[in-house]
Amino acid sequence: MELWSLLQDLLFDYTLRTVALGAAVLGIVSGSLGSFAVLRRQSLLGDAMSHAALPGIVIAFILTRSKFSLVLLLGALVAGWLATLLMTAIVRYTRVKQDSALGLVLSIFFGFGLVLLTYVQRIPDANQAGLNSYLFGQAAALLQRDVLAMAVLGSAALVLMGLFWKEFKLLSFDPVFGASLGFPMRLVDTLLTTTLVIAIVVGLQAVGVVLMSAMVVAPAAAARQWTDRLSIMVLLAALFGALAGVIGALISSSGSGLATGPTIVLVVSAIVTISIFLAPNRGLLWRWIVRRRNRRRLRVEAVLADLYTLATQHENRYHAHDAVVIRTMRAGQGGVAHTLDILQERGLVRKEDESRWALTPDGFREAQRITADMQE
Amino acid sequence: MSLTQIEIQLIATVVAVACALPGVFLVLRSMAMMSDAISHTVLLGIVIGFFIVEDINSPLLIAGAAVMGLITVSLVELLNRTRLVQEDAAIGLVFPALFSLAVILISRFAGDVHLDSDAVLLGELAFAPFDRLVIAGSDVGPVALYTMTGVLLLNLTFILIFYKELKLATFDAALAAALGFSPGLIHYGLMGLVSITAVGAFDTVGSILVVALMIAPPVSAYLLTDRLTTMLGLSAVFAAIGAITGYWVAHWLDANIAGSMAMMLGLIFGVVFLFAPERGMVALAQRRARQKWEFAQAALTIHLLNHEGTPAAAQENRVEHLSHHLRWQPPFAAEVVQRAQRHGLVERHNGYLALTDDGRQLARETLMLAT
Repeated sequence: MELWSLLQDLLFDYTLRTVALGAAVLGIVSGSLGSFAVLRRQSLLGDAMSHAALPGIVIAFILTRSKFSLVLLLGALVAGWLATLLMTAIVRYTRVKQDSALGLVLSIFFGFGLVLLTYVQRIPDANQAGLNSYLFGQAAALLQRDVLAMAVLGSAALVLMGLFWKEFKLLSFDPVFGASLGFPMRLVDTLLTTTLVIAIVVGLQAVGVVLMSAMVVAPAAAARQWTDRLSIMVLLAALFGALAGVIGALISSSGSGLATGPTIVLVVSAIVTISIFLAPNRGLLWRWIVRRRNRRRLRVEAVLADLYTLATQHENRYHAHDAVVIRTMRAGQGGVAHTLDILQERGLVRKEDESRWALTPDGFREAQRITADMQE
Repeated sequence: MSLTQIEIQLIATVVAVACALPGVFLVLRSMAMMSDAISHTVLLGIVIGFFIVEDINSPLLIAGAAVMGLITVSLVELLNRTRLVQEDAAIGLVFPALFSLAVILISRFAGDVHLDSDAVLLGELAFAPFDRLVIAGSDVGPVALYTMTGVLLLNLTFILIFYKELKLATFDAALAAALGFSPGLIHYGLMGLVSITAVGAFDTVGSILVVALMIAPPVSAYLLTDRLTTMLGLSAVFAAIGAITGYWVAHWLDANIAGSMAMMLGLIFGVVFLFAPERGMVALAQRRARQKWEFAQAALTIHLLNHEGTPAAAQENRVEHLSHHLRWQPPFAAEVVQRAQRHGLVERHNGYLALTDDGRQLARETLMLAT
C-alpha cells in the first residue's frame, strides 16, 4: 500500500514528479557519458569539471543578471571546458602529472568561483539562493523549467554521443588505431570532453558540485561489472543512473533530513556495491565460487593422479592403498579423506576396507587421461 | 592593521604552510587527488566522533577524522585491488559516498549542532580569530592559531625525522623496500599526516580549498627545482605569499578569504607555468625556436659535406638550389644561410656555399650522433 501511494505521489505530486524527473534526466545523461570517462581512466575529470564550473555560473550571472538555468548552465559549460583545456595543456607541456593538474585546476577554479560568489552576494539585488544551489544541489527546489533546461542540454549531449559513437568508441579503446585510420583523434577527444562537460553541468543544480562526480563515476563503474560490450554498458549505466535518481528522490521525499543529492549518491553507491559483489563473471562472489570450484577440482585430480602412480607401480592395478600413503604423497595438504569420498561418489575409487582405497576401472581410465593432460 | 587582521594573516600563513609540506609528497607520489578524497571524508570521522563523545570541541574528533582519512585510503586501495575498477574510479566512488553519508547524518541527527556542511566545504577564515584560547582566565590568542601551529610542527617533525625514508619511498619504492624501510608504513604515515592536516585546516579554509593549499604550492615549486629540499622550501614560501596576498585581495574585494588565497596560489602557478626558467612555456617556446634553427643549420652543413669535392658540388651548393633540394622555402633558406654564416659554419663565394672547418666538424658530429 505504501508503495502504491508513493507511485501515486510520483505521478501526481508536482514537486516530487519534477524532482524525480530531473534526477532521472541527470542519471541518464551522466551515466551514459560517464561510461566513456571511466573507460578512459578519467573518472576524476568529472570531479574537476564540476568544481571548475562554479566561476562560469557566477560570471554568467554577473553578465546577464539572469537566473534562468540555461544561461547559467552555459556559463558553467564554458568554464568547465576551459578548465579541461588548461589541465590538458599543463599535462602536455610540463612534467606535472594528471592527478596534480586535476587537483590544481579543480581547487583554483573553485576558489576563484567562491571569491566571485561571495562578491556577488554583496550586490544588493542578487538573490543568492539560486546560485548557492549549485554548490550543494537543491534537487527539491527544481522547477519544471529547470528540468526542461536539463533535458534540452542532456539531449544535446546524447545526440552528440549517438552521432559520434564510432569515433568515441575508437578513442576509448584504441586512439592510436583511430589516428591511423585517419580520424582526427584530438578533435574527437575535445568533442567527447565537451559532451562530458554538458553532462556534468546538467546535474550541477540537482546534486551540486561536490556530489556530481559520483554521478559520473558510479553508474558507469557499476555497469562495467555486468558486461564487456560498450553499447550495453552505456545503456546499463543510463538505467542505473536513472534508477538511482528516482529511488533517491523518493527516499528523500519520505523522510526529513534526507537531502536529495546525498541520498541519490548513497543509492548509486549501493548499486555499485551490489554490482561489485554479484555481477556474473567479474563479481567478487562469482570469482570466489569459481576459485573454490577450481581448487576442489585440482585437489580431486591430484589425489586421482597419486592413486594412478601407485597403481602403475603394482602388478595389480586395482590393488588397494592406505589413505596414509596418499596423504604422505600429498605432502601434508589436508582434505584427503574428503576428496576420496567425493571420488567414491563419482565411482572413480572404491573403498576396500576401513582405511584402504583402490581405483575402479573408470577411475583408472580417468586418471590415465588426467596424467596425459598434465604431461602435455 | 588591526590585531584581528594580523591574527587572520598569521592563521592563514600557518595553515597554508602546514598544508603545503605534506602536499609536496602527494604531488611527487602522484596522489594529489587523495587530498581531495581525504579532505571530504574527514567530515564523516568528525560526525561519528561527535556521536561517540557528544562534545563538538573534543580533541577526540580530530583523532576520529584522522582515522577516517586512513580508512578512506585503505578503502580506495581495497577497491583498487579487486581490479574491478581503476584507481581513479575507486577514489571517485569512495569519497562522495562517505561524504554523502556524513551530510545525511548531520542533517538528520545533529541538526542543532554547530556542524553545517556549508562551513565544512567553504570555511570562513574571517571568523577564526573570534574563537579565543583562554588559559587561566587570560586570553592568549585564537584557538585556530594554536591548533594549526601544532599541526605545522607535527608535519615538520615528521618530515625531518623520516626525511630519508620519505625521500627513498617517494623516488624508489622498490629500493626502499629492499633496504628494509617499509614503504607501506611510510605511505600510511604520510596519509595520516594528510588527514590530520586536512582536519585542522578545513575548519578555517574548507575542504575543497585544502586541496588548493596542498597541491598548488608544490606543483609551482616542482616546475622550478629538481631538489626535494628546495621544493619543500619553495612550497612553503609560495604558500605564505599566497596566504598573505590572498588575505589582502579578499579584504579589498570583501570576499571569501580562503577562495582568494586559492586564487592567488593559482596566479603564482600561472606565473611559474609561463615564466619558469627551463620548464616554463616561454622558455619552452624559445628552446623550440632555437632548436629549429640549429637543426636547419646542421642539415645545411651535412648537405654541403655530402657534395663537397664532387662534380655536382657546383650545382648543389648554390643558395637557390637549397629550396629545391632540402624543400625549404626561399626566405627560410636565406635565413638559415645567414645564421650559418654568422656562426662561422659556411662561407659564401659568389653564390656558392662552402663549408668552413667548424661547419665540416658540426656536420660530422651530427652524422656520428645520428648513426
